[in-house]
Amino acid sequence: MSRTPLDTVEHATATPDVELPWAELGLKKDEYERIVEILGRRPTGAELAMYSVMWSEHCSYKSSKVHLRQFGEKAPESDALLVGIGENAGVVDVGQGYAVTFKVESHNHPSYVEPYQGAATGVGGIVRDIIAMGARPVAVVDPLRFGAADHPDTKRVLPGVVAGIGGYGNCLGLPNIGGEVVFDACYQGNPLVNAGAIGVMRHEDIHLAKASGAGNKVILYGARTGGDGIGGASILASETFDDAKPSKRPAVQVGDPFQEKLLIECTLEAFREKLVVGIQDLGAAGLSCATSELASNGSGGMRVTLDDVPLRDSTLSPEEILMSESQERMCAVVEPEKVDRFLEICAKWDVIATVIGEVTDGDRLEIYWHGGKIVDVDPRTVAHEGPVYERPYARPQWQDELQADDANKLPRPATAEELKEQVLKLVGSPNQASKSWITSQYDHFVQGNTVLAQPEDSGMIRIDETSGLGVAIATDGNGRYAKLDPYAGAQLALAEAYRNVATTGAKPLAVSDCLNFGSPEDPAVMWQFAEAVRGLADACLQLGTPVTGGNVSLYNQTGDAAIHPTPVVAVLGVIDDVARRTPVAFQEHGQLLYLLGDTREEFGGSAWSQVVHDHLGGLPPRVDLERERLLGEILISASRDGMIDSAHDLSDGGLIQAVVESALLGGKGARLIVPDGLDAFTFLFSESAGRAIVAVPRSEEVRFNDMCGARGLPATRVGVVDGETVEVQGKFALTLEELRKVHEETMPALLA
Amino acid sequence: MTARIGVVTFPGSLDDRDTQRAIRLAGAEPVALWHKDKDLQQVDAVVLPGGFSYGDYLRAGAISRFSPVMETVIEQAKAGLPVLGICNGFQVLTEAHLLPGAMLGNNHLHFICRDQKLRVENAETSWTSDYESGQEIHIPLKNMDGRYVADEYTLDKLEAEGRVVFRYLDFNPNGSLRDIAGITNEAGNVVGLMPHPEHAVEPLIGTGRTDGLPFFTSILKKLVGA
Repeated sequence: MSRTPLDTVEHATATPDVELPWAELGLKKDEYERIVEILGRRPTGAELAMYSVMWSEHCSYKSSKVHLRQFGEKAPESDALLVGIGENAGVVDVGQGYAVTFKVESHNHPSYVEPYQGAATGVGGIVRDIIAMGARPVAVVDPLRFGAADHPDTKRVLPGVVAGIGGYGNCLGLPNIGGEVVFDACYQGNPLVNAGAIGVMRHEDIHLAKASGAGNKVILYGARTGGDGIGGASILASETFDDAKPSKRPAVQVGDPFQEKLLIECTLEAFREKLVVGIQDLGAAGLSCATSELASNGSGGMRVTLDDVPLRDSTLSPEEILMSESQERMCAVVEPEKVDRFLEICAKWDVIATVIGEVTDGDRLEIYWHGGKIVDVDPRTVAHEGPVYERPYARPQWQDELQADDANKLPRPATAEELKEQVLKLVGSPNQASKSWITSQYDHFVQGNTVLAQPEDSGMIRIDETSGLGVAIATDGNGRYAKLDPYAGAQLALAEAYRNVATTGAKPLAVSDCLNFGSPEDPAVMWQFAEAVRGLADACLQLGTPVTGGNVSLYNQTGDAAIHPTPVVAVLGVIDDVARRTPVAFQEHGQLLYLLGDTREEFGGSAWSQVVHDHLGGLPPRVDLERERLLGEILISASRDGMIDSAHDLSDGGLIQAVVESALLGGKGARLIVPDGLDAFTFLFSESAGRAIVAVPRSEEVRFNDMCGARGLPATRVGVVDGETVEVQGKFALTLEELRKVHEETMPALLA
Repeated sequence: MTARIGVVTFPGSLDDRDTQRAIRLAGAEPVALWHKDKDLQQVDAVVLPGGFSYGDYLRAGAISRFSPVMETVIEQAKAGLPVLGICNGFQVLTEAHLLPGAMLGNNHLHFICRDQKLRVENAETSWTSDYESGQEIHIPLKNMDGRYVADEYTLDKLEAEGRVVFRYLDFNPNGSLRDIAGITNEAGNVVGLMPHPEHAVEPLIGTGRTDGLPFFTSILKKLVGA
């Protein structure tokens, strides 16, 4: 894009008729015209580069913004929220002076193009968001979705994604404690690689992305800037894949976890010495984003000399430098008298750091190159005042037909033998099978604070060694439910994550979400999106868990085929003493199994309907958020008071899946009795929400029952931890050995 | 007076703070050592912790081995200073030729993280005296390049001299020759192993076992004669 003479502001003013490649940069005609209107002239090449990346769907949320407002408008009253939506990540008060920041983001498109680097840099990006808030990252989670487990391309994408997540996260020293792995043909060609991270700090250490105080220096530190990832946000993440277009590989960034580890340590050391006024990481849209966001969030303007940016490739043009998404870079605003010390700390960690500009008392963002002014903009117009679309949306015509195709009418197992066969089939199906082939490639132990990690219901990290204070996180989403009813599906995702946090004994506090959908230009997809956001916002209000931030990933579709609407919800919880946590595994023979909640005939979107009938239709399970809240309270009280020794939420796969998992993890069987009023099939496979199964020591039975009775939560004794088999009395028995074999051999057989 | 045990932080070290915690839990005093600093601050023993020092670039441990702190560690280890290398630290010790053999990529080519069963083969070293010979323990293992290899002569010599300290039991997680998980030098003051004892020191954390604590109590007893 380099052209002579240098395209300065002056030059742009003098040459109004020069044609700029706005379409190639992903801008629409009316968007380009708006830029011209804002500036009162044509943009320079550098300005166009900045606007094009910052106004991309990925960075500007232009299609989703009008809906996302509900998360603020309907936000529940919460004393816990310290920093809400809009910053790099939300921050929640967890007590004892600690604050926790967490967020989930997507790196879907890059991970399909280049699975290893795409997934690795997804981890890198979310971790920098956490550091930028002032926190030490303490854990990561990875909700993943792939095409059919037996599709040849899954074997290309999945191992690369898993190795990339492991390769990056393990090298950073962050325990990977949770997430999901889901297979569905709808994700073929559009895998969902979401990455979440948690960080911990003291309240007084919270940092924000703003540049204030004229004369303060802007320091770029970390990796040199190279030609990788140019246009990642605008071209890769904001368009659908199309066979006719050239390969997008050069738009994927390449990660260096070692550099990021140094960046973490050096940033935390600078924070400790209170050297930083404002800070922003460089992710999507690179320097364009960091400079415009820092400047527009602060009180003044900013002047940057682009010649001072350390480069990996000296031939890069200013436009490319502004758009580059080279990884492992951060931007800090530092008072002049503290610059030397800041640079010293960077040098200690062998991190390159350069003053590239300063905060001014104006209100413009000015960028210079070779002495000429190539950018002169109001930074708010770049960072915050991008286009906003009211995309048309409409409930698709096929929705009624889909919901009418009732899964409850599918043929059910006729004999005990058939029931048993279907149990085995379910337990060994790719979605329900053990994921240890994947999770064993992640370090769970590093930092020495991991209390629970996958396959537990939520990951749990101790944050204070003395008091035992800890946090828990669970991520959940069910695209099948959301396809049947996006409003309910989003609520069910929240309900499940909420429940998963509570089953481990932690109190749910706040939410982050990653909303994965198809093209916003399709009214049916836009309707799914609008419904899901409305559902999630309503449910967050009712459960008292505010949304603190998150990410929207659109254009997850190939041609006309969109993915299932897939809102992935992360719930963060707090536990006063991790010693009170409740694991999934059965602990002792003789303990009584209680089913909490109501079981109805609910098979729409169920794992059973998928595995046995390859069917998707009907309605998802009924949502009852008040019940979820009550169940959560009971689970937390029971954990705290030692009334239960293990607990597992019931979700996809129903009760039998949960019991098999608890049995295999604990190495202890269970004898189940079908309760009165239920048939064995519904008892085992229904996916009614608001349920959990708990193991109660006999000495606690009366107390536990009294508590459930007094608070009105149905609690039904359905069996006992016993023996070496999972037995449904009068129906069948399966040995743990048999179950272990089908549960654990599936993934290696497909992927190894 | 308790023992002061140094823990080196290289760029890319990950388990340095965890190791300091394990030392503290065992009753000793952890001392942070910096890779650019030759001064060992008169510590009584040194641990080289796990991680990906220098990103494992070139070869795991190959660059760290040349860092200033290692000059002193090598010199003093030869004079009898107790040194423990965990995972990446073990790789550094082989690169520094304080221990024989080398570490290659896992034979299955994946990173592996698991609760690993081990047998203590030598309970006479500075770092293992609180175990019993033949004792079976579980210690978390997590590595990419954990496949211990050496020539037949070296392996035979290690076996003959009782210098295989730990062996993998039930499952060899990385293809290490003769299931070797950890070894010692001739004097028994330098020990290296791939699994992570510092991650098995508290009943609530990690796998919930405390089988790794004896590493740190062993050295403490040796140093303070308790």
